[in-house]
Amino acid sequence: MIRVAVADYGAGNLVSIVRALEVVGTEPFVVRDADALGKADALVVPGVGAAAPAMVRLSRRGLVEPIRAWITSGRPFLGICLGLQLLFDGSDEDGARTLGALEGRSVRLADAPTLPHIGWNNVERTRTSALFDGIAQAAAFYFVHSYAAAPADESIVLARTEHGAWFPSAIERGSILGVQFHPERSGRDGLQLLANFSAIASRLVEGAAA
Amino acid sequence: MLSRRVIPCLDVAGGRVVKGTRFVDLEDAGDPVELAMRYAADGADELVYLDISAAPEGRGTLLELVERTARTVFIPLTVGGGVRSVSEMRDVLRAGADKVSLNSAAVAEPSLIRRCATRFGRQAVVVAIDAAGAAGGGWQAWVKGGREPTGLDVLSWAERAVELGAGELLVTSIDRDGTGSGFDIELLQAIVERVSVPVIASGGAAGPADFVRAVQEGHADAVLAASIFHRRTASIGEVKAAMAAAGLAVRLDTERAA
Repeated sequence: MIRVAVADYGAGNLVSIVRALEVVGTEPFVVRDADALGKADALVVPGVGAAAPAMVRLSRRGLVEPIRAWITSGRPFLGICLGLQLLFDGSDEDGARTLGALEGRSVRLADAPTLPHIGWNNVERTRTSALFDGIAQAAAFYFVHSYAAAPADESIVLARTEHGAWFPSAIERGSILGVQFHPERSGRDGLQLLANFSAIASRLVEGAAA
Repeated sequence: MLSRRVIPCLDVAGGRVVKGTRFVDLEDAGDPVELAMRYAADGADELVYLDISAAPEGRGTLLELVERTARTVFIPLTVGGGVRSVSEMRDVLRAGADKVSLNSAAVAEPSLIRRCATRFGRQAVVVAIDAAGAAGGGWQAWVKGGREPTGLDVLSWAERAVELGAGELLVTSIDRDGTGSGFDIELLQAIVERVSVPVIASGGAAGPADFVRAVQEGHADAVLAASIFHRRTASIGEVKAAMAAAGLAVRLDTERAA
């Protein structure tokens, strides 16, 4: 059973993601400082809201550098919603400088008929990935956001979604995974995606140990 | 394409589903989590708990209920009723809710909307507006469960709430609530025209056709109802099937029992 650290940096609902990770057979635990990260096999950074306050809180807890180091070391990582956006260089929302693990920025959703983009929308894969094993093409997931990542390297885009214009709704580069939607709030398909992340992480951990 | 959402609302007090003050004659009182699971299995896109227990000592029970729900049902949960401060909102979110719905407290103190949105993001802040036709035309906002008029024009209040940071508006027609005469289409149209955030229609649903009209004619992004689902007049599945048949985008992939 893999141990999944869930980064807690203040606001918001962690109950759902922690419980969902339990349901899919991992051993999740909440981390509020860098020391606790040492016990983890995989790291999930969830979150909603704006980038700047999130970076301030991560920084206050001494988590910015450890998370960056985790990501660059090739260990299993899943960013959810804001956790995906933070992977990039910065956000247009409040000008925040974010983790900079991937090139690109978070930009406001263009041509959106309503903002925030709230509700269930189709996630259309542009290539195959183990993250979506057992999930129908264009399955609906739950979104809550006004900004989305605009990666410099489009080849990392795994899936896209339309709300006025198309935006990347899932990305993958090596061990770095990110989804703009909330798998912990997306019913059965969401739990399947988290189970897939757990399987991917397990393989990576076994590979590193071998 | 973004689906139109169908949202069942549960009136709760003391950790139980209760006969509502707003939604009368609720027959099957019981465990909210059991009902929430049934709704999720039937295709509910989100859940709303409206805490109608006035007593502050009931908050602990509510938080426990929210946590139990978040641990069991993996669809979004909004909690309304009695949240009057940023710290109360924090408690509800930390217990496992995704959004909080503000109503009377936001009217009394509009800056609460901005403070909550700044702290938790506007996506977590729903402003609920209870609207009734005003004597001189238009609509007036009411508070305290529809018992107290505010003198606020609904359309101006809706715009103001969005400026302050509301991420969604939950618009209930008090005139239609419990009457089964359909959602107030004119009210919905007027609000949707003025704001860019999603609008959730509530009050007056009698059958699946009313939901279709609220979206097609009222341009609501989501529709919320209580008694029609509790009384099993129509199921969520039937409502979504009717919406799909009318050409509306809905999520038809229902949950298998979790």
